[in-house]
Amino acid sequence: MSAAGVAESLLALSQQEELEDLPKDYPLSPSEDEGDIDGERKHQKLLEAISSLDGKNRWKLAERSEASLKVSEFNVTSEGSGEKLVLSDLLGPVKTSSSLAAVKKQLNRVKSKKTVELPLNKEEVERIHREVAFNKTSQALSKWDPIVVKNRQAEQLVFPLKKEQSAFAPIEHVLSSWKARTPLEQEVFNLLHKNKQPVTDPLLTPVEKASLKAMSLEEAKMRRAELQRARALQSYYEARARREKKIKSKKYRKVLKKGKAKKALKEFEKLQKENPTAALEELEKIEKARMMERMSLKHQNSGKWAKSKAIMAKYDLEARQAMQEQLARNKELTQKLQAASESEEEEGDVEEEGELLVPDAVNEIQMDADGPNPWMLRNHSSGTKEAKIQDPEQLPEPVAHETPESEEEERPGAEEEILLNEFKERRSLRKKAKLNQDTKPVSGQEPKDSSSQEVLSELRALSQKLNKENQSGKQKVSSARTVRAVQREDPTEEEEEPLLLQRPERAQTVEDLEELGKEGCFQNKEVPRSVLEGQQLERNPNNHPGAPKEKKKKEQMIDLQNLLTTKSPSVKSLAVPMTIEELEDEEERDQKRMIKEAFAGDDVIRDFLKEKREAVEASKPKDVDLTLPGWGEWGGVGLKPSAKKRRRFLIKTPEGPPRKDKNLPNVIINEKRNVHAAAHQVRVLPYPFTHHQQFERTIQTPIGSTWNTQRAFQKLTTPKVVTKPGHIIKPIKAEDVGYRSSSRSDLSVVQRNPKQLTVRHKKQLKKNSVD
Amino acid sequence: MKVKMLSRNPDNYVRETKLDLQRVPRNYDPTLHPFEVPREYVRALNATKLERVFAKPFLASLDGHRDGVNCLAKHPKSLATVLSGACDGEVRIWNLTKRKCIRTIQAHEGFVRGICTRFCGTSFFTVGDDKTVKQWKMDGPGYGEEEEPLHTILGKTVYTGIDHHWKEAVFATCGQQVDIWDEQRTSPICSMTWGFDSISSVKFNPIETFLLGSCASDRNIVLYDMRQATPLKKVILDMRTNTICWNPMEAFIFTAANEDYNLYTFDMRALDTPVMVHMDHVSAVLDVDYSPTGKEFVSASFDKSIRIFPVDKSRSREVYHTKRMQHVICVKWTSDSKYIMCGSDEMNIRLWKANASEKLGVLTSREKAAKDYNQKLKEKFQHHPHIKRIARHRHLPKSIYSQIQEQCIMKEARRRKEVNRLKHSKPGSVSIVSEKKKHIVAVVK
Repeated sequence: MSAAGVAESLLALSQQEELEDLPKDYPLSPSEDEGDIDGERKHQKLLEAISSLDGKNRWKLAERSEASLKVSEFNVTSEGSGEKLVLSDLLGPVKTSSSLAAVKKQLNRVKSKKTVELPLNKEEVERIHREVAFNKTSQALSKWDPIVVKNRQAEQLVFPLKKEQSAFAPIEHVLSSWKARTPLEQEVFNLLHKNKQPVTDPLLTPVEKASLKAMSLEEAKMRRAELQRARALQSYYEARARREKKIKSKKYRKVLKKGKAKKALKEFEKLQKENPTAALEELEKIEKARMMERMSLKHQNSGKWAKSKAIMAKYDLEARQAMQEQLARNKELTQKLQAASESEEEEGDVEEEGELLVPDAVNEIQMDADGPNPWMLRNHSSGTKEAKIQDPEQLPEPVAHETPESEEEERPGAEEEILLNEFKERRSLRKKAKLNQDTKPVSGQEPKDSSSQEVLSELRALSQKLNKENQSGKQKVSSARTVRAVQREDPTEEEEEPLLLQRPERAQTVEDLEELGKEGCFQNKEVPRSVLEGQQLERNPNNHPGAPKEKKKKEQMIDLQNLLTTKSPSVKSLAVPMTIEELEDEEERDQKRMIKEAFAGDDVIRDFLKEKREAVEASKPKDVDLTLPGWGEWGGVGLKPSAKKRRRFLIKTPEGPPRKDKNLPNVIINEKRNVHAAAHQVRVLPYPFTHHQQFERTIQTPIGSTWNTQRAFQKLTTPKVVTKPGHIIKPIKAEDVGYRSSSRSDLSVVQRNPKQLTVRHKKQLKKNSVD
Repeated sequence: MKVKMLSRNPDNYVRETKLDLQRVPRNYDPTLHPFEVPREYVRALNATKLERVFAKPFLASLDGHRDGVNCLAKHPKSLATVLSGACDGEVRIWNLTKRKCIRTIQAHEGFVRGICTRFCGTSFFTVGDDKTVKQWKMDGPGYGEEEEPLHTILGKTVYTGIDHHWKEAVFATCGQQVDIWDEQRTSPICSMTWGFDSISSVKFNPIETFLLGSCASDRNIVLYDMRQATPLKKVILDMRTNTICWNPMEAFIFTAANEDYNLYTFDMRALDTPVMVHMDHVSAVLDVDYSPTGKEFVSASFDKSIRIFPVDKSRSREVYHTKRMQHVICVKWTSDSKYIMCGSDEMNIRLWKANASEKLGVLTSREKAAKDYNQKLKEKFQHHPHIKRIARHRHLPKSIYSQIQEQCIMKEARRRKEVNRLKHSKPGSVSIVSEKKKHIVAVVK
């Protein structure tokens, strides 16, 4: 490293030190300083030279403020002052002496140090200051956030915020500012003074004052209330005790005694748990009492009372009972005490619980109430069916039934499109209805099964289960058999079945269904079954003896009822043996049919036309008939006003303008909108509301006192902001809302000069700002 | 024989005194009142109509000044006292209950630029064009005494505004810079500058009292912290802000009255976007003052009208004007939040009701209940077109009305142009700037 470099670093060091010494000074480089001084000196010289020109001040010696180049005999020459001092020159002597090792070290350290960065310029420093101050201030302001939010959302704000407490002005304060002026007043005062009444002196003695201070009004009120309550309670208890004491009823006494005994026992048990030693003592006491009782022979029917009773017992039932009771008591007392075992009770409980548990299981079974129905089992998956086949004779397990049911419901959902969801729901509804019909011949006690499927209460389920259990045996056998048959013969039909089942019903709307009688319903629902029945006929001829006849009847019914359902399921059912190609064909057709079915119920065009016709009819102005029967002619039951009269009083309304949708067959334009009403209706949902229902609800709840109680009315009509007339509302204060206001004055900080920041602080600031 | 009779307890229906209300037993079963909504609607409609009928906000005009009223100040302790400074250097103190001037002082030569009262209400300060700050006693001089200021400070430059600290004996003036003065000293204890331009107004924050806000003619609003003696932040708007006012209930909210006919409510912590832009004026807004409840503020405009804005609405709820009222220079909301005062060019101070149709004086409890009920009804049905139309209807002088129409057309044209520009340029190259951001030029840290 060159010597110049070393010098530079030294310079830098000195600069730093200087800065640290005078932290408040802003960057003023020493070189500038020197330059200034030089300039001054020159200027001074020039001035001197000029002043010396006029000769007056010639004798004045040139004052020297700095070592000059001129040689003076009194001064040290400053030769070589123009040269720069280099560190190596200083280091020369250091090298020789070893005693200056410390200095050497220092110098080396200086060498290794880098130059200090230039201080930030003024603007930047100020900017940093501002930023820091702003952050601080905005943080301080954030404490107001919750209050601001609260005030904005407040139901009611009462201003002024701080309640002025009515000062308790003692009379002497009032009096001190008031003087008796009129003669009457003076006279009165004189009188008062004569009597030495305290007028201007404190009216209250210090003790009184203290007592006033000690208890605030609220406290006093509270205390009074407490005392009142205690007194009331006491009197109440007293009255009660008196009343009870007066009761002569023996039964009451008996009950009371029993109750007491029970209570004592309970207490004793409690004591036993908590404090065994005390309990033991108690026990001893009881034992002692018992012994005393035994000794006293009070209950041995030897007392006076007992004897008299014994005489009476012959005639008086009550007396006899009393006797018996005493005897029982005697027996009880004279017997040794035994602890009653609780095991019996527990067992009973368990049994009860078991019984209680039953309904759940029943419920589960009932959830798939169609279990015994053979028709519902056709769609079961092979796995479950196999299980069924393995033990067809056994009673069906609830779990086994549950899975097929759920599967059956899910499958159509998976196969069909989402559009058909609604359709499916309806179908399932009807299926259940049908199930109901199916099971009817087998178990007559389940007519309301379909309805209970949807809202299945536990109780009903239980009863149904009980009913079913009686018949389940036969039913299960037959159902299992049918299942087996279906599975063997027609695996493809599993998928088609639900569609086929639903179709005839699909042709009807829900309303139609409701209108239809039970019989018609039954028949229609039986139709799809024919598919299976055709196959099952051979195997189970005894299962449905009237099936073939029924089938034919049903087909006819379909044709008659609904021409739209052209394809009768019977056709398919008859063609039992099918090739694979046919199957594929069938699938396509199925798809179409499915879609058709989906929209079969709602004949859109017809519905629309009907709707339009209705709309047109409704919009037509109606004639007004003002005929009054009986006026101007004979009246009475069955008499009609004459045609002439009717004609005369019939006011024909003129035909309005043609409908706008007259020539638009596919459109219904609603002309019903009432212009007069619309003027009073809100067209756009107002801002704070998110749904029109919300808005309507607020409009529909009345706030007037006509429809609300006084209290509710007051609550509903509280104004949002309440101000007191004639009261100054001051700005909100930190103390008002419970914040601690800054204790130091705003002013005190200003008076301290805040710009005196240390260099280190500044550096930190800069670092922060860079970050 | 026992005879069954219908009997009623007289206590249930007989009044105790003649002055009592008749007892009216009611069945509140909603099925018995099928026309609740229509009846309430009609009531609301009537209430709205009555409100408009009774909307007579103008109370009084205080005349006496011989030049335009340039500044107003409220008395902090007395509701009835108001101070006003005029353009001829005259300061007047008014008694509102008597509606009379109770004292006149020739305070300055030239304009009285600013006037403010001390927090205790014993004295007030004025600044004027004669480069002086003067402190005056609130009470007039005794007999034989001369009308003289308590203190006079001679400054180097003209002071354009003054405001007093809310708790301490400190006040701030503005001019070339913001100076903070101790009342006892003749030189400012601290002066803060940022840039070089004349500052037109300075206001202390009433809640966090060490905060100051000022607005300068180089279109910016600067916030200062007195404790740290530094400016905090500066926001530059499109046009010059005439004055600002702090919300007395929300420490960080202030509203700026701008030359571009709008008012901007800022949260001082986020200056880059105003919380709300209030527009309705059709000329420069010259002054703004908050209601002491902090829910509303009133603005005075060069368009010869004053408007009342709810803090959270961008449109005004009320506009006041009279034929004779000229450019309104200053406006104040009284400390009980019931009245508004405005001083205008034509030397008058006008007193208005803050709620145009409010009944003055003591209300009986029934009147109060009816008032509250009507108010709620109006609120409930305010969105219904008939009611809305009636409630919104205001008469405007032709000049303002035509100006509003003009503004509408201009605004629509501007909007159309913007839309067209957006339509015909490359997607993403032109962005829509929201109304709130549009007027903010920059925020300087």
